[in-house]
Amino acid sequence: MAEVSYKDLSLNGLWKNNPAIVQLLGLCPLLAVTGSVVNAIGLGLATTMVLITSNTAVSLIRNIVSDAVRLPVFVMIIAAAVTCIELLMQAFAYELYEILGIFLPLITTNCVILGRADGFASRNSLGPSAYDGFIMGAGFACVLVLLGALRELTGTGAVFANMDLLFGAGAADWKIEFFPNYQPFLLAILPPGAFIFTGLIIAVKNIIDDQIKKREAALKAQPVKGAKRVRVTGTVS
Amino acid sequence: MLGQSITRNSLLLALFAVCTTALIASTYLLTKDDIAQQKRLAEEKALLEIVPKNRHDNSMLDDTIPVGPETPGLGLLEQKHVYIARLNGKVVTAIIPVVAPDGYTGEIGLIVGVNADGTIAGVRALTQRETPGLGDKVDIKKSDWVLSFVGRSLSNPTLDGWAVKKDKGVFDQFTGATITPRAVVAATLRALQFAQANRKLLFEAPQPAPTGDNS
Repeated sequence: MAEVSYKDLSLNGLWKNNPAIVQLLGLCPLLAVTGSVVNAIGLGLATTMVLITSNTAVSLIRNIVSDAVRLPVFVMIIAAAVTCIELLMQAFAYELYEILGIFLPLITTNCVILGRADGFASRNSLGPSAYDGFIMGAGFACVLVLLGALRELTGTGAVFANMDLLFGAGAADWKIEFFPNYQPFLLAILPPGAFIFTGLIIAVKNIIDDQIKKREAALKAQPVKGAKRVRVTGTVS
Repeated sequence: MLGQSITRNSLLLALFAVCTTALIASTYLLTKDDIAQQKRLAEEKALLEIVPKNRHDNSMLDDTIPVGPETPGLGLLEQKHVYIARLNGKVVTAIIPVVAPDGYTGEIGLIVGVNADGTIAGVRALTQRETPGLGDKVDIKKSDWVLSFVGRSLSNPTLDGWAVKKDKGVFDQFTGATITPRAVVAATLRALQFAQANRKLLFEAPQPAPTGDNS
């Protein structure tokens, strides 16, 4: 991992090595708070902030800390980052803090964060580490929001309810009702729904990956054909 | 050699412990006042929903009567306050905290505003973990069911009527959830009875000395 390109990092974080649906890390918050879009965005943002801070800090001290004590040091850094962000959120986004409740301090135990600190930030320089934190957080947040939207839609028949908790009073009417008089579908909102929809998302991702692989295989096969045709046309003219 | 590395590592760990603790401590000190302010605002917001600004002119958060687990009838698990709303010094509403211990998923923390004439000014569920989509309709954000208490009193309906319709009372239950509304109706009734039993304490409470910073 000597040279890292930002393009590879982005592709890894968002798709190929997505923390939520490929590495399957941090499933506890993923399953617990994705009952609605607003919760999902809140936890996604908080996790991303922690990832950026912890990756940056770990990258800065990577040459000071010896291998023997690196894990306790990383955990201390992560716990400090989480606590600070929790305090800041309490001071400046109190309602969101109330919603996320216990899942905010639990970010400390999200394996994505320690995983990226040890697996990436401890071996790379500041820029790529911070970016990796950002893009991994974004990948995690995207899955959270997608899952939140699917569960909220099937569970309540509407999406983006209560967005004013996150974006201020102006967002109170962002709610989009798809099915008026929808009979609430409890399974989707309760934890089992989270497992089912996470499974479906992983399945869809695998289907897309298969398609891409097939197309790539087809593309590889084509140049030979193309080359032949060139030769054919060559002989005709 | 080994001793050296142990010393070095322990010092390193100690150094990081001190640094991270210092970081948390300074963030705490910086945000302390904001957090206290936010907590107060959140608390006051629920109170203002029951007694809006045009019905009182005092600071309810500073005009309180302590109640707690020892107070009969309220079922409180910790120290709480009855908040008093006044207009021109006279008590208009007492906002009483009460716990419904028999919700479907544990306790439901409520506040019940009782007017000086014994009618209900409003009921709000502050803490509840009822089933999403069913029992959580006690939350004003999900359903306006709690508004059906407004204007009720111990004589409207009479004691028999203080139950959900399924139990031959006057209050609606929710489709698919009877336990939650049953618990809330019972707790609201207990708050009313508490207000009646303590009329003197609540509605003739002496006004606290002005602190000077009520806005």
